Amino acid sequence: MPFRLEIVTPEKRAYADDVDFVTLPGSEGELGVLPHHAPLISILGAGELRVRKGGVEESFAIIGGFVQVLPDKVVVMAETADLAAEIDLERAREARLAAERVLEAGIVEPVDLAQARAELQAAVVRIRVAERRHREGPHRRG
Amino acid sequence: MASQRDIRRRIGAVKNIKQITRAMQFVAASKLRRAQDATLAARPYAEKLDEVLADLAAVLGDEHHPLLARPEGGTRLLVVITTDRGLAGPLNTNTIRFALKEAAEHEGRLSAVTVGRKGRDALRRTGIPIVAHFNGFGDKPSFADVTPLSRLVSDDFLAGTYGQIDLVYSTFISTLVQRPIAQRLLPILPGPDAPGVPGNQFIFEPNPATVLRRLLPRYVATRLYQAILETTASEMSSKMVAMKSATENAEELIDDLTLSYNKVRQANITREMIEIASGARAGR
Repeated sequence: MPFRLEIVTPEKRAYADDVDFVTLPGSEGELGVLPHHAPLISILGAGELRVRKGGVEESFAIIGGFVQVLPDKVVVMAETADLAAEIDLERAREARLAAERVLEAGIVEPVDLAQARAELQAAVVRIRVAERRHREGPHRRG
Repeated sequence: MASQRDIRRRIGAVKNIKQITRAMQFVAASKLRRAQDATLAARPYAEKLDEVLADLAAVLGDEHHPLLARPEGGTRLLVVITTDRGLAGPLNTNTIRFALKEAAEHEGRLSAVTVGRKGRDALRRTGIPIVAHFNGFGDKPSFADVTPLSRLVSDDFLAGTYGQIDLVYSTFISTLVQRPIAQRLLPILPGPDAPGVPGNQFIFEPNPATVLRRLLPRYVATRLYQAILETTASEMSSKMVAMKSATENAEELIDDLTLSYNKVRQANITREMIEIASGARAGR
């Protein structure tokens, strides 16, 4: 029995569909949600969110998020959510390089430092998610 | 009376103005659509955060986070959001007048943070201390743009610099109506627990206090982001209406000028005819 999954970010609704299974990057490790899960509100780490719907799997790179699990609905609130297929690997790699350069340079304001760290983390997550997708392709699973 | 050539030149100038205001009207109209879409698209996230916050509030008391703590007096901070550019009708004037009214009604110390150049320019003349200023969010503000502003107000609130922080901005109601409002930003007042699963039935991971600590800064940023989006939508619709009426005024002016041009031309022709006729008669 499918349930509703919504992924919302401050800028848009990134995803809304009925799905069979979802795996989330929970703060305490991978978090798999099947229908009729107990009500849960959790912090999400930066990582990969995988959705299975009708045997097809899709994945998102999620950063800075929360999840609210209701019996018939899962809502992910994230600062950014990028569909793996839409991630621009080149740009993510450039962003990683730029952030690393800032961190190596050393003399930076605390605010810039925090931002560079956040950008580095975001780039790393996007690259990981996109590369896995490139390796495996949009695959089907029973 | 102005000469024929002067009037023709003025008609040309007004026609140029009309072309410009018309172009600005259409640009504002297309940007308005985008700004409206962005405002609507940002809503689900904000609503969801409100809901989770209400769930948390049902489990936790106020003492669990200083951003929720009720203040005892202290300086009040107004975050006044206006636009960077003018030519947007009465929008900024209304917002600023509203902010000044809020300031006048408040007893005790008051400071301001301005977003948008127009607000800063106006508040400078009033003697309200401006502690920080932000601008250049542009026509398409992004959530990341708001982070420095959000961090500044949260940090200052946590440091005890302010007892209360309010937003003053223009809400977008429709293309013709934008209304300035003042809205409480901090301390946060969580809404009532939403219908559905009551807050105390949720499992919180790792625990409610940690979730709250992560949630509140995002909540503040989201409120600011929404206020800026609303202001952008208001700016575009107000500009569109202002430019539409400017275009219509220019058209009216062109009609008037064309009429006087024709009158002068007719008068000149008549005068020349009289001169020719009287010249001919004198020669006979």
